[in-house]
Amino acid sequence: MKLTHIIPLVSLATAVYAAPQSFDFKDPKGVNNAVFKLDAPLESINGSASGISGTVLFDPENPAATTGKIIVAAESLTVPNPMQKEHLHSPNWLDVAKYPEITFEEKSLANVKTDGNVTIADATGTFTLHGVAKEITVPIKLTYLKGKLSARVPKLEGDLLVVRANFTINREDFDIQKGQYEDKVSPTIDLSLAIAGAFVKQ
Amino acid sequence: MKRTLQLLALLVGLAAAITWLATGANRGWTKTSVPVKTLDEVTGIEGITYQKKFLPGVDFLGAAFGGAALLAGASLFFRKPTTK
Repeated sequence: MKLTHIIPLVSLATAVYAAPQSFDFKDPKGVNNAVFKLDAPLESINGSASGISGTVLFDPENPAATTGKIIVAAESLTVPNPMQKEHLHSPNWLDVAKYPEITFEEKSLANVKTDGNVTIADATGTFTLHGVAKEITVPIKLTYLKGKLSARVPKLEGDLLVVRANFTINREDFDIQKGQYEDKVSPTIDLSLAIAGAFVKQ
Repeated sequence: MKRTLQLLALLVGLAAAITWLATGANRGWTKTSVPVKTLDEVTGIEGITYQKKFLPGVDFLGAAFGGAALLAGASLFFRKPTTK
């Protein structure tokens, strides 16, 4: 084989290898979750959401180029008290029938620091809740687990990407009972996301 | 009848207090499920699942004490049995 034939092949192989990997966050193990906490003077509300999906494009060689979208099914938001859950889902609060998805679409990363397989950065993107889209910046931590998919899902070869984020939003920014019930339902909501996505090698 | 209602009120109040204390004296609202955390060893993520469990809260205690107070109040409408 001539050198002129080899060069395009090597270039193609390198390009394929260096391409960002698409990680699917629909978790077959059901471990992915988002936790929310509202701490008001009279009442504390703690709950979680498990209906998480979405895709993140991550290049292990260039984590700064990471982009993606994470979707939380609003219907999956759960609190231990059935009446609180009913109120939370109702048209007066999240109106999950009208706004079935809570999303974060990441557009860019800043202050990217990579140490081994861990990258920390500030992710800027559009957070959509209750039908209101707002640009926010949140600190995130990405952990790339090369070749670890089979340890989690037997018979599947590939990599895992763990995304963690802790941040606070204000419900008033998303038109959720603005200025109402602040003694019982805190205007600030602490969110904590811990999710794993899978890249399956074909 | 008067004594029966008073005893019933005492029983309802005591049973509610004992149930509330025995299930961990939850000072929040009544819960019908509790979060259970499980660690995914590969990713280090703590998954949360909800297990069905009745955990009475202050609303349960309030309702039970209210019921007991009503029974005790109702007993006032009955006269003490007179002995001849």
